[in-house]
Formats: sequence, structure tokens, C-alpha cells
Amino acid sequence: MSMFLETLIGGLLAGTMYSMVAIGFVLIYKASGVFNYAQGSILLFAALTFVSLTDQGVPAFGAIALTIALLVLMAITIERLLLRPLTNRSPMTLFMATLGLSYLVEAVAQGTMGSQVRALDLGIDDLPIFLGDIMISQFDLVAAGVALTLGIALSLLFNRTRIGIQLRGVADDTRAALSLGIDINRIWQIVWAVAGIVGLVAGLLWGARQGVQFSLSLVVLKALPVLIIGGFTSIAGAILGGLIVGASESLAETYIGPFLGGGITPWFAYALALVFLFIRPAGLFGERQIERV
Amino acid sequence: MSEIDLPIAAPTIDKVGLRAVGLAAIALPVLAGPFLASEYWINAIIVPFLILSLAGLGLNLLTGYAGQLSLGAGAFMMVGAYATFSLQLRVPDLPLPLALVVSGLIAAALGLAFGIPSTRIKGFYLIVSTLAAQFFFEWLFLKFPWFYDGNSSATIALPRGLTVFGLNAETPHGRYYLTLGTVLLVTLLSFNLVRSQTGRNWMATRDMDTAAAVIGVPVVRAKLQAFAVSSFILGIAGALWAFAYLGSASVQSFGLSRSYQILFIIIIGGLGTIRGAYLGAAFVSLLPLALDWLFQHLFSGHVDAGLLQNIQKGIFGLLIMWFLIKEPEGLARLLGVKLPARRRLFPSSQT
Repeated sequence: MSMFLETLIGGLLAGTMYSMVAIGFVLIYKASGVFNYAQGSILLFAALTFVSLTDQGVPAFGAIALTIALLVLMAITIERLLLRPLTNRSPMTLFMATLGLSYLVEAVAQGTMGSQVRALDLGIDDLPIFLGDIMISQFDLVAAGVALTLGIALSLLFNRTRIGIQLRGVADDTRAALSLGIDINRIWQIVWAVAGIVGLVAGLLWGARQGVQFSLSLVVLKALPVLIIGGFTSIAGAILGGLIVGASESLAETYIGPFLGGGITPWFAYALALVFLFIRPAGLFGERQIERV
Repeated sequence: MSEIDLPIAAPTIDKVGLRAVGLAAIALPVLAGPFLASEYWINAIIVPFLILSLAGLGLNLLTGYAGQLSLGAGAFMMVGAYATFSLQLRVPDLPLPLALVVSGLIAAALGLAFGIPSTRIKGFYLIVSTLAAQFFFEWLFLKFPWFYDGNSSATIALPRGLTVFGLNAETPHGRYYLTLGTVLLVTLLSFNLVRSQTGRNWMATRDMDTAAAVIGVPVVRAKLQAFAVSSFILGIAGALWAFAYLGSASVQSFGLSRSYQILFIIIIGGLGTIRGAYLGAAFVSLLPLALDWLFQHLFSGHVDAGLLQNIQKGIFGLLIMWFLIKEPEGLARLLGVKLPARRRLFPSSQT
């Protein structure tokens, strides 16, 4: 029983890391209807920039401020040069454009800052904590706390501020928002910048875990099943989806994996997402699309 | 002569003769190609170009014609390669061309299975299904030694080499004609397929599947057909990639980056066009060479290989975005190859 609980809790905590990556996607999808494949490479770019700056002797807070400034600049550039010319194109075109963007961002990040693995120390001790006879990773606990804070902060931003209300307006009905005088281009810039910052936070936590390296950009592939299960448009869904994927992945690896020869995590989340899709094609919290002919 | 006096009869040029001359003009260099090009060009550029065109064609039927976005092209290429290996190893009586066809059919069956979710889900949600295929097969073919016959390096290579009905196709010329023959045959079939009722159903499904269903297009059947046909072609392309180009292959030869490469081929070449697959494949195979050459001349070989790779990747990303913004219909449109809207094409579209 304690092994089951340990696996479950470990999985849930790891799941919050997936949630954090997924939230970045949800933000952009909600506001602009783009499935942003480049989120993973932006995450890599952010983490790599931070590490490179601290390696140069820049203090941590300065490095964070500089990285955020860079991410905001990047968001504005992306909106100007990529999203604006592609307005009103099909979602598939936009998706493929972000695939191209991810190549560019990865190339710039690795070309300018190198492709070797960089260690990142956030100063969080990774000593296990014991609750009775259940072992919990302290690092995971901190990460879960950060994810929760981030989720709450973002929902406050969405529900309590003027910008948030504009964001929701754009997400709800772009044309109506436009006719009310909401500057949709600025909204896009803000959303991409916020998603970049979320990516920075997620990138730092993932980077502290497994080192800052190219494989960080592949967490985008981890986030996809999370999004499918939670729905593309809901932050709560992203968090819940992350928990479901994290928990079931670690349970499956422990209890089903041995029968299949192990190592099933790369595809298990996808199989799970497919099962969910068959039952609820728009995810747990997603909005069902109504199509008119 | 009034202004509205349109020419009723086309200028009298012997059309049949013209076409024959045109065909000969294309066919001669294609057939004689191996004797004009060096061995390096055949092995390192022309053969992979042909195979990538084939793979692009396969994916284009699914993504460009039937509108089902797939990020799992590599997975079905992998299935084709591993199936051919197994057949050649365990059913030695089956000649290679037939083994290729059977492998294609196996890939088609699996493609059909992974296409089933498309009957219920649409758009982005579908990339989950194709990505699931990608990761599942990568895991499967690496996990169980049966698939690579317990080879210590987990690679596969044909046990008796490339032999086509007793002829040795291991030479550059052999590889060239084997791939060329396959590519031409599949291209002819695809040309006919997209002009048939099946192809029209695919395009109707792509343009708007709800509307297509309303006017009576069998949408579910069309989607599944597209998955099966596309995987069939990808499977054959994968087998050729493994054995006619690489010689020995592993799971890494068909990883996610291969899937993206095939997707980029059809984006750059032109979604929903047959010739787009060729143009895109030519572009994808020639661009790295061109960049290499350029940097060699600009910096006379002083560029770090890793940096060069990143520059290539960045240029690729830029080009993809540029194409999507400026020319969503790809090179096929950009080159302005205007073909007559209705042509006689053997054996279908007999107007």
C-alpha cells in the first residue's frame, strides 16, 4: 500500500511539472487559437539564456529580469513578423508555422549558447521527506507549489484585471472584441510574453531536474497528452490533466510496465489521451466546437 | 475581328507528337541518369531524393489531399522497413519486390488502425494519434529483439542484400533503377487515385468534413482510406530508405525528426499537389548541400560543424515560416507550372 501511495504521490508531483508546460500552451491557444509547437523551444531558450547569464556572473535576479525582457521582445517580434501576416489562416497553417518557429528558436538558442548540457542549481535541496513510511521528493514538492502559485496567479490575471478581461473577450469572440476596440495585436503580444514567462519558470524547474539541454524542448511532447486530456482552453484543465498524466504514467510504469518489458512512459500518456479522446473528444474542460455549414 | 472573337480552334500543332517529344525529353535523362551522374551523386543525392519524394507523396495524400495532419510519417516508414526485414529473413522465398508490397500492406493495416481515432476527433487532436504511433513503434522495435533478429547493435540489414528477381541491385545503378521504378509506379497510381472518386472524397473531406458528410461523401471511409493508402506508400518508402539508401537502418533512422522532415517536404513543395512532393524533396535534399558549398566558399572551411548544423536548422525554420506566409501553396505554385486543368491520364479521367 505504501508503495502504491509513494508511486501515486510521486506521479502527481511530477505531473505538476507537465501542467506548467501545458499552461503555456493553453494561454496562447485561448487568445489566438494557435497550437504553439514552439513553446518547448521557447522554454529551452529561456532556461538557456538564464543559465548563460548566471554563468557570466550576472546575479540571479538580474538574469531573470534580462531573460524576461528578451522574452517580451521575442513575443513582440513573433507577433509582428509571424502572427500578423498569418491572421485568418487555417489553424493547421498556424501550427506548422510554429513548427518552423521552433526550428529557428532552437537553432538560435543552441547556435549562440552552445549545445552542451548545463547544470542549473536553484538552491533547492533535493532531500527526501518522509511522511510515515512514504518518501516524497522535496524538489517535487517545491515544483508543485510553484505550479499551484502560477495557476492561481494566472487565473487572477485572467479574472481580476482589465487585461485579463480583454484576453477573455478575444478568446471568446475575436470579431466582437475587435469591434469593441480591443487591440488584438497587443493582446497577442501580451499573451505570448506571458506564455514565455511561464515557459521560463517551467524551464528553470525542468532544467534544475535534468540539466539545461536540447531535450528540454521535447517536453512539448510531454505536454500534448496533458492538453488533450484537460482540453486546449482551460488552465484548470491543464493542471488536472497534468496530475492525471503524471499519476497514471508512474502507476503504469510500476504496475503494467514489467509485463511489457518496461520503458513504456514515452507512449503511455498518448495511449491514455487517445482513450480520453474517444470518450470526450474535446477534453475534460474543453469547449465543444459547433460547426456550421 | 471583334474583340470577343475568341479562338475557337486551338492552333494546329500535332499534340500527340508534341507530347511524345516532351515525354522523351524527360524520360531520356531520367533513364540515362546513372550514366551521366557520378556514383557519389547517385548514392548520396539522387536515391535519397527519390525516396524522400515517395515518402512526401505518401504523406501528401493524407495531409495535403485528405486534410489529416500527421506527425507520424516516420513511424509507418519504420513499420515498412522492419516488415521487409522480417519477410526477407523469415520468408526467404518471397522476392524483394513482393516483400515490399506485403510490407506496404502491413504498414497500411497499422496506419488504418492508428487512423481510427480520426473518425471521431478532428484537427490538432489527431496529431496525438499519429504521435502515439511514432512513439509506440520506436519503443516496440527497440524493445523486442525479435524485430531486429537479436542483432547486437539493434540494426537491420537485408540478409541477402538487394536482389530483385535474382538480379543484384546492390550497385548504384541497381539502387537507382529499383527506386526509380517504384517511385514512377506509385506516382502513376497516385495521379490516378486523386483524380478518382476516392481522391475527390478526400478533398471534400479536407475542405470541410461536415459539409462533405451532409452532401453524402462517406467521410469515415475516405479518412480511413487515406490513412491506409498513405501508410502503404510510406511503408514502401521506409523499406527503400533502409535498404536501398542506408543499407542498414535502426529505429533512429525513422525518428520524430524524419517525420518532421517529410512534413516539411510537403509544406515547402506544396500541400495537395503530387509534384509538390518532388519539388519539396529536391529542396530538402539540395539545401544542405548548397549551404555547405556556400559556407565552404565563404569561410573556406573554418566553420564549426555544430554551428553549421544550427545555421541550417535556423534557415530551414525561416524558410518554412516564409513559405507559409508568402506562398502557402508551396514551390509547386511558385514555379508556376501551369498544367491543363483536365488532362487525359491513363486509365482514369477519360472524359
